[in-house]
Amino acid sequence: MCSLALFPAPLPAGQTTLCESNNELLSGGGSTEDRLKQESSPLSLYFPRESLKLHCRTESSSKAAFLDHSETLWMRSAAAWRDGGLTGLLDEITNSNTEVPKWLSVSSGFTLALIRWFSSFHGSLFPHLTMSSEDMLAEFSQVLNWSDCVVRAFAWHPHADKFALALLDDSIKIYNPKSATTPTLKHRLQKSVAAVQWKPLCASALAVACQNCLLVWHVDPCSLSTRPSSGCAQVLSQPGHSPVTSIAWSPSGSLLVSASPMDTAMMVWDVAAESCVPLQRVGGGGVTFLSWSPDGSHVLASTPSALFRVWETRMWTCERWPCVKGRCQSGCWSPDGSRLLFTVQGEMVIYALTFTDSPAGVPTCTTKGPQAAAVVADLSETTFNTPDGDIMVGGEIQSLAWDPTGERLAVLLKGDSQAADRPAVIAMFKTRTTPVFELLPCGFVQGEAGAEARLIQFHPNFQHGALLTVCWSSGRITHVPFYFLSTSVPHFGLGGSPSLPRPQERPADFNQSLFTELAS
Amino acid sequence: MFSAEQSCWFVRKVICWRAVASIAWAVLLLPPITAVFVILSRFSLLHPIQTVSECLTFLTSASVIFSFILLCGVIIMVGFLNLEYYTVIPTIACSKIALLGQLLHPRHFVNSLAHCIMGIIVAWCCAITIGGRYEAVAYPCTPGDGADSSHQMCLNEYHFILLLAGAFVGLSHSMLGVIYNMNYVPFHTVQQYKYLRFKGSLPMLVKCSATQALYSVRNYIVLYFFLGYIPKAWICKTLNLHLNSSVHPLDSIAGLLDLNLLYQLWVSAGFLLLTWHVTLLLFRIFVTEVYSFAVQSSFTEDAHQCLPKVLTGKQSMILKFLALQDLALLSQHSPLRRVEVFSLSQPGGHPHNWNAISKECLSLLSDLTQRLIAYHDTVATNGRAKSLSTGSERKTSSETSVTSGTDDLMSPRPTFLMKTPASVFARSIVGSPLTAPFTPDLDSPFASPALRRLTAPPDPFSPWSGTVQSPHIMRRVPKLWSTSTDSQVNGSPPASPASVPSPKQEQSKPSLLAQFLQNRKEQVKHFLAKRVLIMYLFNKLPEASSQALFADSQAHIWALEGLSYLVQASFSEDQFGVVQTALPSILSCMLVLQEAVDRHFKLPHASSKPVRSASSLGDSTHKTLRFALRATLKTAIYRITTTFGNHLNAIQMSAEHRKRLQQFLENKE
Repeated sequence: MCSLALFPAPLPAGQTTLCESNNELLSGGGSTEDRLKQESSPLSLYFPRESLKLHCRTESSSKAAFLDHSETLWMRSAAAWRDGGLTGLLDEITNSNTEVPKWLSVSSGFTLALIRWFSSFHGSLFPHLTMSSEDMLAEFSQVLNWSDCVVRAFAWHPHADKFALALLDDSIKIYNPKSATTPTLKHRLQKSVAAVQWKPLCASALAVACQNCLLVWHVDPCSLSTRPSSGCAQVLSQPGHSPVTSIAWSPSGSLLVSASPMDTAMMVWDVAAESCVPLQRVGGGGVTFLSWSPDGSHVLASTPSALFRVWETRMWTCERWPCVKGRCQSGCWSPDGSRLLFTVQGEMVIYALTFTDSPAGVPTCTTKGPQAAAVVADLSETTFNTPDGDIMVGGEIQSLAWDPTGERLAVLLKGDSQAADRPAVIAMFKTRTTPVFELLPCGFVQGEAGAEARLIQFHPNFQHGALLTVCWSSGRITHVPFYFLSTSVPHFGLGGSPSLPRPQERPADFNQSLFTELAS
Repeated sequence: MFSAEQSCWFVRKVICWRAVASIAWAVLLLPPITAVFVILSRFSLLHPIQTVSECLTFLTSASVIFSFILLCGVIIMVGFLNLEYYTVIPTIACSKIALLGQLLHPRHFVNSLAHCIMGIIVAWCCAITIGGRYEAVAYPCTPGDGADSSHQMCLNEYHFILLLAGAFVGLSHSMLGVIYNMNYVPFHTVQQYKYLRFKGSLPMLVKCSATQALYSVRNYIVLYFFLGYIPKAWICKTLNLHLNSSVHPLDSIAGLLDLNLLYQLWVSAGFLLLTWHVTLLLFRIFVTEVYSFAVQSSFTEDAHQCLPKVLTGKQSMILKFLALQDLALLSQHSPLRRVEVFSLSQPGGHPHNWNAISKECLSLLSDLTQRLIAYHDTVATNGRAKSLSTGSERKTSSETSVTSGTDDLMSPRPTFLMKTPASVFARSIVGSPLTAPFTPDLDSPFASPALRRLTAPPDPFSPWSGTVQSPHIMRRVPKLWSTSTDSQVNGSPPASPASVPSPKQEQSKPSLLAQFLQNRKEQVKHFLAKRVLIMYLFNKLPEASSQALFADSQAHIWALEGLSYLVQASFSEDQFGVVQTALPSILSCMLVLQEAVDRHFKLPHASSKPVRSASSLGDSTHKTLRFALRATLKTAIYRITTTFGNHLNAIQMSAEHRKRLQQFLENKE
C-alpha cells in the first residue's frame, strides 16, 4: 500500500509554503521580505482574535445577572413553555410542587421521566441527537475545530473575483479586490454560521447556513453600502430543520439543498419561491454534509451514522452506501462529476467511487453506479527524518478539496490536538483522471510557525493553474498558487506559461505514484 | 379543425388516462383510510383490544360494504370534478368583489352544490360507521312499549347534526378551494417519481386535513348554535318527525359541549377531507408528470405530436405547459434529444425544429414584456392622465400597432422571426388564454379604462386584437424606455400631441356627449368611493394585480430555462451553427424582459413577499411565481454570458443592450 512516505519531507519550522512552480513547492523562510511579498496580495487578510467583539456570554446565561423575582405559576409556566417547550413546562410544574396539586406534580414528573427515558433510548440509537447544537456544528463541520476558529466559513464566488467569509462574531464580510467597500452582513438570526456558499450564475445571492435557519443574502455588487440591511436577506426555515450544517447550490443555480443532523430529511429549496421539498429516506438519523457534483448530476449526502447516500438529481433517487467503520467525513467530486473521493471517520484512507454515465442512447434515469469503493490513498502516520528531528505526519482526514481543473487535490489532515508536535497539515496531491485515475505526491503546505490550517478551498477559476485558499488558526487567510499548465484547458500560444520561471530539475523519482488504477 | 383534433389526442390519450389512474389509486387507498377512521371513531380507551377486534368484525359487515361502495362513488365523483375544474393558470381575484363573483359564478356554484351533496353522503356513511346513537335518522318517541305509541317518530339530532356537518364541510371545502386556488395544478421544480412524491407529501396532507377539519367544525358549531333551528324545523316538517322534548336540544351550549360529539364531528370531517385531499393530490401528481414528446418523427402522421408542433399549436393549456416542461428538461438533461433540436431538415437543410422552438419561446417572452410594459404604464398614469374616450383611443392604438407591428421583437437587427403582422396576430390569439387572469379586474368600476382595455380578453375580430401595446411603447422600445422621462401613457393621446404622430388623431376627438357621460361616471364613482363597504369590496387587493400579471409565468420560466440551456449546449453541441443566428434576438429579448421585470419590481407591493401559509393544500406557489421568474431570468442571462464570455462582444446589438450585457459579463447585476 502506498503511503505518505513518498512525499517530500515537511519543511523545517519557520518555513512557509509560497507557491508551486515547475512541479516544485517553493518555500520561503520566516524572513520578513517573503512574508511581505505574500501579504502584499490584496486578498490576504488577517483577523486577529482580539479584533473581534465576541459575545461574552450566551443569552440563556444572562438569566444569572438578574435578581430572582417571584412570578405566579401561570406566568412561569407560560415562560417555560415558550423557552423550553413541553419538557420545560413539565419541568417547571414538577419543580414547583408546593403550589400545584400533588397529583399534577407527580404525573408531570412521571411524564417527564418517561420522555427522558424515551429520548435517551432514541439518543442511544443516534448519539449525535444528544449533543447541543454548537457541539453538533463543531462535530460535523468541514472546518477543523470549528468552535474555536476565527474564520468559520469561507466561499469564493464561482464567477467573479470575490469571496465571503464568516467570522467568529457571526458577521459575514465580502471582499472584492476591485471594490473599496467590504460589506458586512449581520442579521438577528445569523448565529453560528456553519457554511456559506454563493449562488452560481448570479452575482449577488449568498446562502448562509445558520443555527436555526438558512439565510439567502442578496448583496448588490454595485451598492456602496457597507452594512446591507437585514431586509436584503431571505429567511428560509422549516420546523425541525436546525442546526443547518451544510448547504449546496446546484451548479445551474436553480436549487439549494440544506442538511441538518437533527432532521432525517434533506431539504431541496426553491429559493425564489421559498418553498422546499423534503427528501427523506429511512436510516442515518440526519444529514451532515452535502456536496453537489460540478456537472450537477449527483449530490453526496452523508449521515451521522456509517452510511452515506449519493442522490441522482434528475429524479431524486438515491444509492445507499454503508461504510464499515464510521460516518463519511468529507467528500469531493471530480470536475466532470464522474468520480467521487471521500473519507471515512476513523480510517486514514481516501476512497474513490466512479460513476459512469448511462449510455447516451438509453434515456434511463438511474445511472448504474459502481459496486464498491476503491482505496486510492493511504494517509496513515509516517515519520520523516529531518534535520530538526523526526516529524510524524498523517492521520485522520478533516476535509478534501479538488481544484476545478482536476489536477490538484488538497487534503486537510486533522493531526493530534493533544500532541504539540503533530499539528494539522495540508497534503497536496497531483491528480490525473485520464486515461486512468492517478494520485501523485506533491508536498505539504505549511503556514507560519504555530499556525494550523483550519479550512481549505480552491479558487473556482484561477487562470494559471490552481489557487488554494487556506484559513489558519491565527486568523490569517493566505492564498497558495499552484502554477501549472492544465491539460484539459487548451492553451493558445505561449502566453499561458507559468509566471514564476525558475527552471529547476525535479529529481527523477517524480513518477512515483501513490495509486494507479492499472496497478490495483 | 386541426388544432381541435390535436388537443383532442392529447386530452383523450394522456390526460384522461392519467385522471383515471389517479382516481383508481384513490379508490384503492380508500379501504385503509376507512379502516383507520373506523378504529379512530370506535376507539375506547378502556378496552383497546376489544375495540380492535370489534372493528375487525364490523369492517366485514354488510352495512359497511354498502357505505364503502357509496364512498367509492363519491371518490370517483370528486376525481371527475377535479378533472373538470383543474387549471394550470390560477385565477387571481384582484378585489373582494371579484372573489365574490367567482364564488357565485354558476360554474362554481354547481361545484359547491356537488360537494355539498357528496359531503352529506360521506357523513351518512360516517354515521353508519360510528353507529350507536348516530346511526338512525329517527327513533320512536316513547321508549319502552312500542305497541301503543301511535308510531310517532322523533328526529335523532345526533344523526342530523352529523349529516349537516358533512354538508357544511363539503361546502366550505369547495369555497376554500376557490379562495385558495385549490384547483390550480402547480408544477414542481424537483422531479420525483410519483410514489415518492405521494409518500413525501402524505404527512403534510394528514396534518392539513386535520387542521382544516378542526377549523371547519369550529365554524360549524358556531353556525349551528345560532341557526341550527332552521334546518331542524325544516327537516321535521318534511319528514313528518317530531322533536323529543325530553332530550336536551343540541343547539344549546350544554348540548354542543358534548366531547364525544365534538370528537366524532372532527374525525368525520377529517376523514372526509382526507379522502378528498388524497384524490386531489393524486390527480395533481399524475397530471403534472413529465410527458416526453418526440422532437421529430419519421412518420408524417405523428408529426403533430412532435415537440415543435405541440409548442406552437394553439391547444389546451395543459398540453402547452407539459410541452414547455419537457423542453426545459430535455435542454438540461438529454444530449441526444438536443442533437435532434439542433439538426437540419433532411431535404433543404433548414433548422425547422430549432426555429419553431425558439420562435415560440421568444414570442412567449416578448408577450410577457409587452404585458409588463402596458401594466406599468397604466399604473404609472393612474390618477394623473385620464383617458377621455376608450373607443377613440382604441382606434389610434390599433392603427399604430398594426402599422408598426412588423418590428415588435425590439431587436434592431430584424431576424427571421415574426416578420409579418399576421404572425403577430396569430401569436396573440395563442396567448389569449394567458391574459385571462386579468378578467376579474373588469368587475371593478375603479379600474381605469385603460386598464380595462388592457385586461379585456382579446377579441379576435376587433381591429385591436393584435397586441396589447400602446403606440408609444412601440416607439420607445428601441430605447429600452428607461431613459425616456415623458411618462405620458396610453391613456391620453392628446396629452402629448407631438410625440405620437398618429394619422388618425384628428378623427378621434371625443364628442360632447361622450364627455358628459364621462363626467357623470366620474361623479358616480366619486360618490361611491366615499362608502366604506363599497370601498372594501372594490378596493384592489395589494399585490394581487402583480400576481395576476405573472399568473402563467411558469410557462415563461420554462421557456427561459429551455432557451438558455439550449444556447449553453449549442456552444459545444451545435454543429451547424443554427443557434448563432438567433442569439442576438434571444439576448435582446431577455434583456428587454429583464428591464421590464426590474421596473415592475419597483412598483409598490410588487416586491412584497406573500405570507407563507403553512397548512393548506391550496398551493401558494402561484403567489411567488414573479420572484421565480426574476431569478430564472437573471440566471438564464448569466448562463449565456458565462458560457460565451467575451465572444458575445462580436454580436451586433444596440448600445443600450451592450451596456447591459457588459454588466452581466462583469458579474455586476
